[in-house]
Amino acid sequence: MSLREALAAGEYVITAEVGPPKGTDVKEMLHAAAALKGRVHAVNVTDNQSAVVRLSPVVACHMLLERGLEPVLQLTCRDRNRLALQSELLGAASLGIKNVLALTGDHVKLGDHPTAKPVFDLESVQLLKVIGELNAGRDGAGSELLGPADFFAGAVVTPEANPLEPQMAKFEKKVAAGAKFFQTQAIYDLEKFASFMERARAYQVKILAGILLLKSVGMARYLNKNVAGVFVPEPLIEELKGAADPPAKGLEIAARQIRALAGVCDGVHIMAIGAEEEVPEILDLAGLKN
Amino acid sequence: MIAAELKPFKEINESLLPFERVLVVGCGTCTTVCLTGGERQVELLATALRLARKVEGSSLQTKEATVQRQCEPEFAGVLKEAAGGLDAALSLGCGAGVQLVSDVLAPLPVLPALNTSNIGVAKEHALWEERCAACGDCVLGGTAGICPVARCAKGILNGPCGGTNDGRCEIGDAPCAWTLIYERLEAQGRLDDFKRIAPPKDFAAATGPRKLDLREVADEP
Repeated sequence: MSLREALAAGEYVITAEVGPPKGTDVKEMLHAAAALKGRVHAVNVTDNQSAVVRLSPVVACHMLLERGLEPVLQLTCRDRNRLALQSELLGAASLGIKNVLALTGDHVKLGDHPTAKPVFDLESVQLLKVIGELNAGRDGAGSELLGPADFFAGAVVTPEANPLEPQMAKFEKKVAAGAKFFQTQAIYDLEKFASFMERARAYQVKILAGILLLKSVGMARYLNKNVAGVFVPEPLIEELKGAADPPAKGLEIAARQIRALAGVCDGVHIMAIGAEEEVPEILDLAGLKN
Repeated sequence: MIAAELKPFKEINESLLPFERVLVVGCGTCTTVCLTGGERQVELLATALRLARKVEGSSLQTKEATVQRQCEPEFAGVLKEAAGGLDAALSLGCGAGVQLVSDVLAPLPVLPALNTSNIGVAKEHALWEERCAACGDCVLGGTAGICPVARCAKGILNGPCGGTNDGRCEIGDAPCAWTLIYERLEAQGRLDDFKRIAPPKDFAAATGPRKLDLREVADEP
C-alpha cells in the first residue's frame, strides 16, 4: 500500500529517512534502506541536507524504488531555480517517484559551501503550487505538459516554534497551496504537540509527528541550543542522564513517544540520523509489527 | 542611502603597486555619510598608502579630490583635469561611482577602494542596515513596510522559514524579517495580507542591466 493509500485508509503511518552519501559509495545508504524495508510505509531521502553537498536525492529515491521501498523525495528551493525544480520533479515522476516533501531549505551559509549563491527563486509554498500545476498537466508558466505528474505533496511544520503564530499562518498557506501531508520538526513535548494537533485537525491534512532519536545528553543539549523549534524537556534529559546505556534509553524514549502519539496524529516520521538500523528495534519496542 | 565599506588595506595597497602617481577620489554623498568615502577618509587613506609605499622602499604620489557625487557626470567631470599626468585613480565611491569615474577618466585605470554593501538606513550613529535590494518589483505594500527581499536571508515571500528561532534569523545576527512582518501586520489588523499566497517573484525586474529612462517625460534641465 502506498503512503497516500495508507494515510487515506487511516493507518498509523511510519516513515523514516535516509541521507544520500557524500560521494559515490551508496552501500551504507542501501544498508540503512534495507533495514527499513517492510517496517515503514515510506522512506524520506534528504536533499543536500543542512546545505552539505551529497548525492542527488532523485537518484537515491530511484535506488530505493528499485529495491522495493517507497521513497519520499525531499526537494529544497535552495539549490535550484524554478526551471531546475520542475525539471527535477518531471524526472522524478517519470521514474515513478510519487511523494514529494516541499522544503525551502537551510541557507547555504550553514553548510559546506557557505560562499555559494543561494537560489530561493521559489520557496516551499510556491513549490507546492508548482507541484499542483504539474499534477494538473501544466508547468509553472501555464504551458501544457506531455504527460502530467501525479505527486502526493507534503510539507513540514514546526509545532514548537517560538513564536508559533507566524509558523501556523505559514502552515495554513502550505495547506492552501496543496500540501496533503505534513512531517513535523522533531517534537518531544507531547502536551504542546497535542494542542498543535487540535488546531491542525481543522484542516484536511495528515500529520506525521517528527521523532528524532536521542543518543546522548550532549545531543539533547545541542538540539536545545542550536536547532530551531526543537526543545528537549529537562525531565527527558534527566532520564537520559540517569540511564546506564543512554543510546538504549534513546530508543526506549522514541518507542514510548510513538506509542503515546497513536491516536493523537496520523503517524510518525522517525529521524534516526545514521542509526537507521535501530529503527526496527524502536518499532518493536513500540509494539508495532511488520 | 548606499552603504559601502573600506576594502582591506592590503588589497588596496597591492592594487596600486603598478602605479606611482594616483588620484584618490572621494564622494560627497552616500560614502561621506557612511564615513568611508568622504574628504577625511580620502586624506587618511592617501597618507596611509604613501607611508606603506615608503616602507616598501619606493614612493607613491597622491593627489586628492572629492566631488559631490561620483555617479553624475556633472560633478565627476572636473576629475578629468585633476587626473592630468597621473597613472591611475582610486575611487572611494560606491560601485556606480567607480564606474562613472572610470568612464570620465578613460583610458586611465580606476580602482575601487570600497566594497559596496547595501541600500540601507542609519539605525544609529555609525550603524547602517540594509533595507532595499533594488529588486524592481516592490512588495512593501503587503509586508507592513518591512522588506522580505532585502531583510530575509532567503528573500522568500510567503512567511518565515523553519530556521527562525526566537524571532531571529537562522544565519547571522539579524531579526527574522517575517516575524517582524507578521507582528506589524497583526498590529495593523492586516493579517489577511500575510495569508495571501505570493506568486513566484518577477526576477526579470531584478535582472540587469537595468535603467531608468525618463527622457521623454522629464522637464528640461
